[in-house]
Amino acid sequence: MENILKISQIEKYYGNRSSLTKAIDNISFEVEKGEFVAIMGASGSGKTTLLNVISTIDKVTSGHIYVAGEDITKLKGNNLNKFRREELGFIFQDFNLLDTLTAYENIALALSIQNKDAKEIDKKIKKVAEDLDIKNILKKYPYQMSGGQKQRVASARAIITDPKLVLADEPTGALDSKSSKMLLERFNYLNKELKTTILMVTHDAFTASYASRVIFIKDGKIFNEINRGNGSRKEFFDSIINVVTLLGGDLNDAL
Amino acid sequence: MMLFKLSLKNITKSIKDYAIYFFTLILGVAIFYVFNALDSQTVMMNVSKSTYDIIKLMNNMLAGVSVFVSFILGFLIIYASRFLIKRRNKEFGIYLTLGMSRRKISIILFIETLVIGIFSLIVGLGIGFILSQFMSILVANMFEADITNFKFIFSTSACIKCLIYFGIMYLLVMIFNTISVSKCKLIDLLYSNKKSEKIKLKNPLLCTIIFIIFATILGIAYYLVTGGVDKLQSASQILLPMVMGVVSTFFIFWSLSGLLLRIFTSMKKTYYKGLNSFTLRQFSSKINTTVFSMTIICLMLFVTICVLSSSLSIKNSMTKNLEELAPVDIQLTKIIAPDIENKEIVIDYDLSIKETLEKNHFDTKNNLKDLIEFNIYEEDNLTLGNTLGESFSKIYAKYKNLQYDSVETVMKISDYNKIAKLYGNKQYQLKENEYLIIADFNSMIEVRDEVLKEGQKLIIGGKNYYPKYKECQNGFIEISSNHINDGIILVPDHAIEKLKVGYKGLIANYKEKSKEKRVKIESELHEIIEKIWDNTSLTTLNTKLDIAESSIGLGALVTFIGLYLGIIFLISSAAILALKELSESSDNKERFRMLRKIGTDEKMINQALFRQIAIFFMFPLVIAIIHSIFGIMFCNFILETFGNDQLLPSIIMTAIFIIIIYGGYFLITYICSKNIIRER
Repeated sequence: MENILKISQIEKYYGNRSSLTKAIDNISFEVEKGEFVAIMGASGSGKTTLLNVISTIDKVTSGHIYVAGEDITKLKGNNLNKFRREELGFIFQDFNLLDTLTAYENIALALSIQNKDAKEIDKKIKKVAEDLDIKNILKKYPYQMSGGQKQRVASARAIITDPKLVLADEPTGALDSKSSKMLLERFNYLNKELKTTILMVTHDAFTASYASRVIFIKDGKIFNEINRGNGSRKEFFDSIINVVTLLGGDLNDAL
Repeated sequence: MMLFKLSLKNITKSIKDYAIYFFTLILGVAIFYVFNALDSQTVMMNVSKSTYDIIKLMNNMLAGVSVFVSFILGFLIIYASRFLIKRRNKEFGIYLTLGMSRRKISIILFIETLVIGIFSLIVGLGIGFILSQFMSILVANMFEADITNFKFIFSTSACIKCLIYFGIMYLLVMIFNTISVSKCKLIDLLYSNKKSEKIKLKNPLLCTIIFIIFATILGIAYYLVTGGVDKLQSASQILLPMVMGVVSTFFIFWSLSGLLLRIFTSMKKTYYKGLNSFTLRQFSSKINTTVFSMTIICLMLFVTICVLSSSLSIKNSMTKNLEELAPVDIQLTKIIAPDIENKEIVIDYDLSIKETLEKNHFDTKNNLKDLIEFNIYEEDNLTLGNTLGESFSKIYAKYKNLQYDSVETVMKISDYNKIAKLYGNKQYQLKENEYLIIADFNSMIEVRDEVLKEGQKLIIGGKNYYPKYKECQNGFIEISSNHINDGIILVPDHAIEKLKVGYKGLIANYKEKSKEKRVKIESELHEIIEKIWDNTSLTTLNTKLDIAESSIGLGALVTFIGLYLGIIFLISSAAILALKELSESSDNKERFRMLRKIGTDEKMINQALFRQIAIFFMFPLVIAIIHSIFGIMFCNFILETFGNDQLLPSIIMTAIFIIIIYGGYFLITYICSKNIIRER
């Protein structure tokens, strides 16, 4: 299978010589096309930093990140923006929808900044609205939607550009359990049916259990990695819990 | 001491947010100083007594206007400071959670206001001092005063006035700040910027209907002050179109945001191009929440444009009129009133003006040249109403306020031609039974032309006369600063035989070239006229120098007051817009961060920001300009006697003022907003 994301020995330091913080300490892993990978770790483990450097919002101190073969640590300025809008899709914990725009317009924005034609935009939105079951809320404004609806709109915005990789930062963090479940089932659908590659950061074992692979991070290093294989989600959830227990106090607190 | 340090740090830290505030305060202080310092600058000038009186009047009026201006500035400053306090809600929330008392926060704010106040006063007075030097050159120029002994003047009285007025304003700001700090709740302070905006969507149909209704009302108001202006009978009737204008401006703003959004969202190609949808929504949500201030700003801009362009045009026209309308140095008129009992005056009736002057020991031969004497004739039944003939009822229906029973003035064509030759005006020839009317007052020309068009015959001295031209001819006899000749009937010389003399006239130039000697002769003449008036003769004197001084004075007065008010209004409206825009920059920061995260180019973001602010600034200006087109037309109508041929240069001047001040605020707002939304 083709590698969508290849991370090779990246490091990210904060601070100066006297007080150095290694947020990421020599991490390497790969994500294949069509995979649904979750990254788990406690607060401060470095998982958000990892997501930030992959999404080019932050820069690595050393190492390389390849997306579809291209080294994105070498990108600069407008090329970075171009990469971000054409190759990546983002889903954030706090949705990051523009409150002045309707759901439809929020989704359209991802395409209109690529200067796509209005007709093409309309066609794509109709399709993606079906996939994410948000057809009846397209005309609504964010303040008129529930958290789950907002996150599904945000997901629609993330995948409408057919990105190589969708990055999700705690997508269920602000949702109740029912909405979380619905959203994750949609993720599964996107992953299975549309072959969307998803990289998700979470500290929630339940959320992580929807992935096909979970990578655990502790103190900026990879601590463990488990595959779901052919087992059920329940079994996978149990094995995740086992690792979390091993990981120790911090993550338990977060659960 | 600790609090003082904190305050200073706050100011230096948020200097960018305060830029607009500083800018406005400094401008306010500087302009306030400049116009109040005119007083001490004009005192230094070497001018004649009558000019001095006008300058005194001007300074008094400026002082009065200053009180009004200080109210506007006071409101503006309080408004601005409240905006800035809101921006810092979170900071105060943190202080409160740390256990700082409200009193201490008030003290911090007090120190901040004090520091900012002192700083802005010093800088503003400094800039005002420099500007006022340019102003004195302008003033001296206007009053044609001697500026060879020019020196730098610092007006202590204006400075003290600034200190007092602005001191009171800052004191009010402090009081308001204290009140707002003591009233706020901690939870609101901490979470004030977390509230997600609710989009109040207006019903597009309702918007369209309201827009159409009020656009129509506005159209009617426009018509009332332009096309239908003749129907306005009294000053109070102007209130109706004004109220209509104000109300419809409000509702047009109210409905336009919804309407525009509706139109643009249906234009899918444009709407879904780049960040257009984002920009438009930003704009419409802002308009939605600022309908009231938009209306105020729009009206202020409207007043600014009208005041600036009219006042500048009055000044320009006056200067130009003077050259054209006062071509000779003096004009004397002797009134021949029928029922006078004073014997000496009755004897004087038979003398010419020249003879009267010589009788009173004025040497006409050595002092005057180009001397022309003439008579103006009247006939009792030849009134304005009678000259209208059959058109009377039609014209009466249209112009109710004319004085139809005033007696018309008649002149011999040969007398007129002599004067016209001296004035450099066109000369005319008349056949046996022809007449013509010369006039230069446009409203009357309009009335008379309607009659002349019909070929209305006149009965003068029992004979019939017919108009040579179908319209009035341009011309005048009396020297003045304005176009005030409402019509003189010129007839062939023989026609006046049976008419009686209404006035005797004399026009002449001084022989002397030097200004000093001319002034001396003129004061001699004034003395004589004053002595004989109502004693031995009914002769009056009208001189070019007098006209020039009063018209220059009036022009200067109107210009300075216009400039003062115009600039203050312009600053106020631009500052409010800028503050509105900047106060939302924290919300905008979040929004632009989102746009960056989904990969929008920096160029696109800057463009969107630029457009957003540009539209926000342009919107009220465009409507104000539309208002002004009609407003200026109306001003033209009421200021017609001053002449309006100088409108274009004054409109250009007004545009320059707007571009500099309004554009300056726009640029600062854009730069500040760009700084705020920039990621660090």
